[in-house]
Amino acid sequence: MDHRSDAERDTSASASSPGSTSAPPDRLPRAAVSFRVNGTGYRLEEDTRLTLLDALRERLGLTGPKKGCDQGGCGACTVVVDGRPVLSCLMLAVQAQGREVTTIEGLATADDSGPDSGGLHPMQRAFLRHDALQCGFCTPGQIMSAVCLIAEGRAGSDEEIREYMSGNLCRCGAYPNIVAAIREVAGAGGGDRAGV
Amino acid sequence: MAVTVRAFEYIRATDVAEAVAAVSSDPHASFLAGGTTQLDLMKDGVLRPHRLIDIGALPLGGVTRLADSIRVGALTTMEELAAHPVVVERLPLVRESLLLGASTQLRNMATIGGNLLQRTRCGYFRDPTVPACNKRLRGSGCAAVTGAARPHAVLGVSDHCIALHASDLTTALVALDATVHVEGPGGPRSIPLAEFYLEPGETPDLETVLGHGELITAVEVPLLPVGTRSGYLKVRDRASFDFALASCAAAVLVEDGVIRTVRLGLGGVGTTPRRARAAEDLLRGRAPTPRALRAAAKAALLGAVTVPGTAFKVPLAERTVLRALQAVTRVGS
Repeated sequence: MDHRSDAERDTSASASSPGSTSAPPDRLPRAAVSFRVNGTGYRLEEDTRLTLLDALRERLGLTGPKKGCDQGGCGACTVVVDGRPVLSCLMLAVQAQGREVTTIEGLATADDSGPDSGGLHPMQRAFLRHDALQCGFCTPGQIMSAVCLIAEGRAGSDEEIREYMSGNLCRCGAYPNIVAAIREVAGAGGGDRAGV
Repeated sequence: MAVTVRAFEYIRATDVAEAVAAVSSDPHASFLAGGTTQLDLMKDGVLRPHRLIDIGALPLGGVTRLADSIRVGALTTMEELAAHPVVVERLPLVRESLLLGASTQLRNMATIGGNLLQRTRCGYFRDPTVPACNKRLRGSGCAAVTGAARPHAVLGVSDHCIALHASDLTTALVALDATVHVEGPGGPRSIPLAEFYLEPGETPDLETVLGHGELITAVEVPLLPVGTRSGYLKVRDRASFDFALASCAAAVLVEDGVIRTVRLGLGGVGTTPRRARAAEDLLRGRAPTPRALRAAAKAALLGAVTVPGTAFKVPLAERTVLRALQAVTRVGS
């Protein structure tokens, strides 16, 4: 990845567009959008139908956010926009105009990179320690929600963690270990530095 | 089955009048706010706008405290309203209806104006491969009346539609006599929430009194008198993040052992958010005895019309009302 953090990178795509349509590709409505992802500025000019999720995955190569249900029910696509967790599958890319997006790829910062960190955020390390995943498909979304949950002071009890994490489904059923991982980071005072 | 989202032109509105003009002049244009219902139904192929007018950058956010009410800008998110100090202190039923109404991610995206206009979860409405849906196409029939009906409505239904109104928030707001402020091609107007929704009758496709191009700008919510106890009880299939099978927004002020004011909203059972006025009338001026609460709960469901799949909802909703009333009248809690 290119880390010119202040340079705006133009990733305007070729004629490809999501989905099929009867209209010729060059006639499809397009719109421009500029936003920042994990600290890097981007400018896209794309088919208006492109979701933020598809923009991240297909245009920017950030495949951490996953396409699960694609209708707002599973949370696998959770990313952080201006400090709050949202569903990137239900947001058009153009709606991210001027916003700051963080994906799992941008979660760990220099602060986290102690000798034993492996370049991972404390929540990522806790998920590993507690075996809080099986297949791993939901994990990026779980971790993004979990980090925000602690930053918002909502990890006071297992019950509270379960309620505020209910927008992230895990079909492998790793819930007990997910709760344990979050509880550990919350208990370690993760709220001070877990924000994104 | 992959449905293709219809291609649409996207416009970022920069002022309210421009947005209203753009939508009202084009029958195929729609407003876009949080988009959580709009985009979902576009992916399903139910909504196929040719043009979306994004109102997200308009100055319609924020909560303003007025003398005896709050004015909630239409673009305030569910999460912002739930966290507002006045709502926390004076409108617990609103806060609870929001927190129980969606996942954290959806609450961060979905706006209050959009919440009022969210569409039904009826699976037949949301699946265009089902030909019979009077809400999608007037006169095409209703697959729900004879189909799987567990999530459907029992109050305000017609032979033409039993689709459930899905919002939790409106259940609380209708109990509070909220008012919807609207800007339209003919100028602004204000509509009591109780008169905002239309029962399906013979025209299930018409859900509100809004004309095409009218834009919700704010919702005004009266505050409860100090000392009122209120809450929102929601019963659903899952423990969290699910739509209501039955719900009740209750606000009660008891003085000297007598119910002085009572407000009851019913959710999960109606084609529109319901005010349980008959139940309120039975309680006002009475002591909150177990017998009085039970009678009120029964009265709340009078007039229910069920199909085999929805018959369970009547006793479930009665018990939901009863439990909600018990919670806000219990002495010493």
